[in-house]
Amino acid sequence: MPEFRARQIPSQPFETPAAQSSAVPAASSAPESSAVRRFLLARGNSALADRGFHWLMVLCALSIFGIVALILWQLLLRSQLSWHAFGFRFFYQSFTDPDSHRTMYWDPVNSLFSAVPFIYGTLVSSFLALLLAVPLAVGVAVFLTEMCPGALRGPLAFLTELLAAIPSVIYGFWGFFVLVPLLREHVNPLLIQWFGWTGLFNNDNPTGLGFLAAGVILAIMILPIISSLTREVMTAVPHSQREAVLALGATRWEMIRMGVLRNARIGIVGGIILGLGRALGETMAVTMVIGNTPEIHRSLLSNGSSMAAVIATQFTEAVGDMHLSALIELGLALFIVTIIVNALAQLLVWAVTRGAPAQTH
Amino acid sequence: MGVGIEVTNLNAWYGANHTLQDINLNIPANHATALIGPSGCGKSTFVRCLNRMHETNPIARVTGSVRIGDLDIYAEAKPVEIRRRVGMVFQRPNPFPTMSIYDNVAAGLKLNGYSNRRSLDEIVENSLKNSALWDEVKDDLKKKSGASLSGGQQQRLCIARALAVDPEVLLMDEPASTLDPVSTSKIEDLIFQLKVQYTIVIVTHNMQQAARVAEKTGFFLNGRMVEFDSTHKIFTNPSDKRTEDYITGRFG
Repeated sequence: MPEFRARQIPSQPFETPAAQSSAVPAASSAPESSAVRRFLLARGNSALADRGFHWLMVLCALSIFGIVALILWQLLLRSQLSWHAFGFRFFYQSFTDPDSHRTMYWDPVNSLFSAVPFIYGTLVSSFLALLLAVPLAVGVAVFLTEMCPGALRGPLAFLTELLAAIPSVIYGFWGFFVLVPLLREHVNPLLIQWFGWTGLFNNDNPTGLGFLAAGVILAIMILPIISSLTREVMTAVPHSQREAVLALGATRWEMIRMGVLRNARIGIVGGIILGLGRALGETMAVTMVIGNTPEIHRSLLSNGSSMAAVIATQFTEAVGDMHLSALIELGLALFIVTIIVNALAQLLVWAVTRGAPAQTH
Repeated sequence: MGVGIEVTNLNAWYGANHTLQDINLNIPANHATALIGPSGCGKSTFVRCLNRMHETNPIARVTGSVRIGDLDIYAEAKPVEIRRRVGMVFQRPNPFPTMSIYDNVAAGLKLNGYSNRRSLDEIVENSLKNSALWDEVKDDLKKKSGASLSGGQQQRLCIARALAVDPEVLLMDEPASTLDPVSTSKIEDLIFQLKVQYTIVIVTHNMQQAARVAEKTGFFLNGRMVEFDSTHKIFTNPSDKRTEDYITGRFG
């Protein structure tokens, strides 16, 4: 297409007079119908392709709902057996062992199943994790957004986010080989000595595994998500709010408390709940350090289990349809709870960051 | 009562940018002083130097001396102490959205640990009356959030918040530039009443506003103060050619 080439924009940014004069006749020699006009007129309106694209994208978006609905459907279907046998009692019943007269919850041999110890283990380890992680995460976020020298901010933020990228099985390894011995040798004896009277730290588990180990591992794992969301909502607080507090004669801490944290608190709560969502569903690392016994103990140093952990450890070796069905019902409960918790968290974060100015770092 | 401000050889920088150069002036007590000039001339930086807000930016730097009353604020005091004595109202109303109207006004006192409940109520009422907002909000002081008010009301709430700590000086950085004409005239009336009790420094883009509210006017250009004189003289018979060009609208 020679006419086409003649009308191309010259590659030099500033045209020399010679180039200009050679371009002028090409432009003026096509008053009837230029190649570009003919080309564009022949192209049609692409209505079909555009509609096709539209429906393809709709299909992509709907597939998300489809996947969630399918998971839910399968979980409901496969937990029917357990649901019909135990009903809602599955979530609160306990059994008495006929021989030892001890309370028990999970007896695959006699097909007696109850979710109680796993719900307990999941809740205890997750809330313990929040207790440890929240102050640390908020502290990290406050330092990074308000106090950190610019040169250090990038690397520190990067390192915190990197914690989220480590596979959970690595955390499990680290927990098993480093954290558990550390707790067993150095931390637990002190806890038993100082806080044994509370009943939360009993000297009856020599392994070092248990709720506390699971809680500490979980705390490290949810630290980055809480910290980065807290940072996000703090950055979203307008600078004028900080200035308003400073102009009243506030110190830096007062400025952070009144001008930043107060305005960001809903979003911070959202970040905390999102961390809770992660902790509730975390499987591998917890499985490796919680001890995996279906029991309820007040002591945080005792072995226990969690909903995710029992599914992971027993699913492949379930001893019958009822056992499998009970595990799937646990999965269903976990699925519903984590979806609700995560939705709530996203709503809260969104409530603070929407309409916020673009982040400036 | 307000106090006078004496500025000697004030220089300020943002990074390598020399935004204020050798400023010298005396701002009289219990008067309104207006600072005018084109955008970027340094007038906002100047008022931010009067309560040491300028230096909250890590790349900012200041030299020279500013005496407020008998206190040299750069040599003899910490920023926190200065800002309790020098109130500031910003260009955009910035009430605290998570606090009630009452808490917004009381914020400065609560921050500093003032907790006498009855006198707090009284101070809040007086501050809101002084900022001409009391009648509009007295029924939902603790029910409504500071962000639920209109823009003009928010700005008067911010003035009340600044007045509640009973400052000696009130700095206003283009306090009416984002407001409608009715709210603007309310703010101007307010300045008239407030200068009986406070020394007021007001930065403005609006020359009629300067002429209406201020006894003294300073003209800033490119980081220097070109002329400082009585408002009447600046607007009728300025001694500098550049001032004349600016007020007659030849640039800026």
